Amino acid sequence: MNGNEISEFITVFLMLIGSIISVISAVGIIRFPDVYTRSHAATKSSTLAVLLTLVGAFLYFFITESLVSVRLILGIVFVFLTSPVAGHLIIRAAYRSNVKLADSTVEDELKDALHQKD
Amino acid sequence: MAFQILLNVFLAFCWMFLSNDPSAAGFITGYILGMLSLFFFRRFFTRQFYLWKMFSIIKLFFIFLKELYLANVSVLKTVLSPKLNIRPGIFAFKTELTKDWEITLLSLLITLTPGTLVMDISDDRTILYIHAMDIEDAEKAIFDIRESFEKAIQEVSR
Repeated sequence: MNGNEISEFITVFLMLIGSIISVISAVGIIRFPDVYTRSHAATKSSTLAVLLTLVGAFLYFFITESLVSVRLILGIVFVFLTSPVAGHLIIRAAYRSNVKLADSTVEDELKDALHQKD
Repeated sequence: MAFQILLNVFLAFCWMFLSNDPSAAGFITGYILGMLSLFFFRRFFTRQFYLWKMFSIIKLFFIFLKELYLANVSVLKTVLSPKLNIRPGIFAFKTELTKDWEITLLSLLITLTPGTLVMDISDDRTILYIHAMDIEDAEKAIFDIRESFEKAIQEVSR
C-alpha cells in the first residue's frame, strides 16, 4: 500500500462518514416530534457532514494535484458561521409565531419571560 | 491585541528594510525577532502579550471541535435508538459575558454542542434561553461544559 492509496483511503473515508451522518440527520428530521427537536438534528449533524465532505474534497485535490483550494476552506468557514445562526433564527421565529412544543416537553421558562413583558 | 500584531508587522518591515532583503524569508525572520522584542517589552503594554491570546483562541477551537464531535455522537444515538424517549425543555442560562461578540460566539458554540440550541436572548443580554433535547441528564453536564466555554471565551477577551 503506497502513499497515494493511503491518501485516497483517507479522503474516501471522510466523505463516506460525512454522507452517512447527513443520512442520519435526514432520518432525525423525519423521526423527531416537533420543529425544535428537528432543528437539533438539522443544525448539528448537517454541519459536521458538510465539514467532513469538504475536508475530504480539499485533501483529495491537495494530495493528487497539489492544489490548495482556498474556496473549499472558505466554504467550510462560512458553513460553520451560518448554519447555527440559521437554526437559531428559524426556531426563534417558530416560537414567536406560537408553534406548539412537543407533548413530551417538560419545562418552558421562555414562556414566562415573554408573557411578563406584555 | 490588534495593536501588538500591527507593531510586530511594522517591526518585521523595519527588519526587511534594514537587512535589504525583501523576501518572505526576510519577513519571517523580522517577524520572529519583532515577536521576541515585543515579548521582552511586554510590561509596557496594557494588555497581555498577544501570543498567549493566540494560544487561547486555538484552545477554544479545539474545544469546539471536540464538542461538535460529541454532539453528533449524541444526536446519532438519539436518532438511531428504537424508542424515542426524549424529554425536551427550555431553560434559562444566565451568562456573565457582556460584549456582543462574546455572546454571539457563546451562542454559536452552544448551538453546536450536545443537545442544546439557543432559542432567544433577553433584551438586556444577560439571559440565554436554551432548548435542550433531554433536560434531565443534560442540565448538569451541560452546565459544566458551558462553564468551560465561558471560561475559554473570557480568556480570549481578557
